[in-house]
Amino acid sequence: MTETNLWREAVLVAGKDLRIEARSRVTLGQVIPFGMIVVLLFAFALDPDRGILARVAPGLFWIAVLLALLLAVGRAFAIETHHGARDGLRIAGLDGSAIFLGKACAIAVQLLVLEVVLGIGVIVLYDVEMHGLGVILITALAATIGLAATGTLYGVLAAGLRLRETLLPLLLLPVLAPVMLGATRAFEDGLAGVPGDAWPWVGMLSVFAVLYSAIGVLAFDALWEEAT
Amino acid sequence: MSLVVRLRSVVCLLGRFPALAGADLDVEPGEVVLVSGPNGAGKTTLLRLLAGLVAPYAGSAEVLGVDLLTDRRSARRHLALVGHETYCYDDLTATENVAFFARASGRAETDAAAALDRVALADAAHVVHRGLSAGQRRRLALAVALVRAPNLLLLDEPHAGLDALGRAVLADVIREAPSEGRTVVMVSHELEIARPLASREVRVEGGQVWPVTDDAPAPVIEAGS
Repeated sequence: MTETNLWREAVLVAGKDLRIEARSRVTLGQVIPFGMIVVLLFAFALDPDRGILARVAPGLFWIAVLLALLLAVGRAFAIETHHGARDGLRIAGLDGSAIFLGKACAIAVQLLVLEVVLGIGVIVLYDVEMHGLGVILITALAATIGLAATGTLYGVLAAGLRLRETLLPLLLLPVLAPVMLGATRAFEDGLAGVPGDAWPWVGMLSVFAVLYSAIGVLAFDALWEEAT
Repeated sequence: MSLVVRLRSVVCLLGRFPALAGADLDVEPGEVVLVSGPNGAGKTTLLRLLAGLVAPYAGSAEVLGVDLLTDRRSARRHLALVGHETYCYDDLTATENVAFFARASGRAETDAAAALDRVALADAAHVVHRGLSAGQRRRLALAVALVRAPNLLLLDEPHAGLDALGRAVLADVIREAPSEGRTVVMVSHELEIARPLASREVRVEGGQVWPVTDDAPAPVIEAGS
């Protein structure tokens, strides 16, 4: 498959997934409110000492994003099980690598929207002062690409299993521990006004994103064919 | 001219159960082949095999000149399957569903309107899949198949759930297939409707494909044999 066709098909799949999400409003109506509820519950739990809330805000933010990712990944593969749509994609001859890139892009877009809303929520509820906006934006981008690529790869792995709803978190969350760690530390350094300390973490997040994107492009086709 | 379908001693497993056990089948270009047989005989497995959705366990299987053991994807690009499911997305309109599969197959998005018109679904073009009736969904599935201009059209119980209009549309599509360079393999239990549309009938029974002719009806396979 040529590179042009790969990206043409990836854009097609991403457009389809985003259109379905825009129309069904699952991200707007369920995933974002879910993330906000998680952030709100942490605020209730730690409210007596707002100093703690501000200090742990980066970690709580990424925990909320991680939990929301599970919903987004589950949804991305659930739409392919209704009415045999997955077989439709296979018969259409779409390349597995293109499906991976398209689905990962769609999940990444949804996560970025979620992160903007959650970010505003965290600033307001946790009384966080914004510093290092540049490094925070780059961290969010690198971490989101890594989360979306890994989520899509493990999503298709779990799609072939009968107990996928419970197995997906068990499979995915341990693998995402480096993203959780790196993104949290980079956010802490950015917010603390020492963005220079954040770049090694951003580098690690970038390597993670590239690595899992490459594995997804290479392995997704075989996994997609075997998923039942 | 080379065969569109060439199966030799094909074995296809569903779990450990051999749904097809040594099936042979030849289909010439432009034929309309009716596949009959009892429930559970392996008819749907035969269509899914031809569609490249399941791999043969043993034997040789070629569709449109492509070996299904080594390159199912290439065969899929030139065929379409109308199965029990519509393969469509609930939250997309009829036009969006057809246009998506048109573009996925490398065809123009603008072909969608013609495909919907052909299956008499132009009036419901902007209705989402979940808002269509069962019969309209079946016609939409046919439009999704036709928009890809397949060389081989596989139909699994295509008359199920169709009203008189839907059956007339389907009959036209099948009758016009040979003149459009299209071969059709159709599984059906509604033999009184399907037989007049077919140029040949075969019967799947006991995991094998048997010819059905006026002077040589399909053998009756006794249970347990």
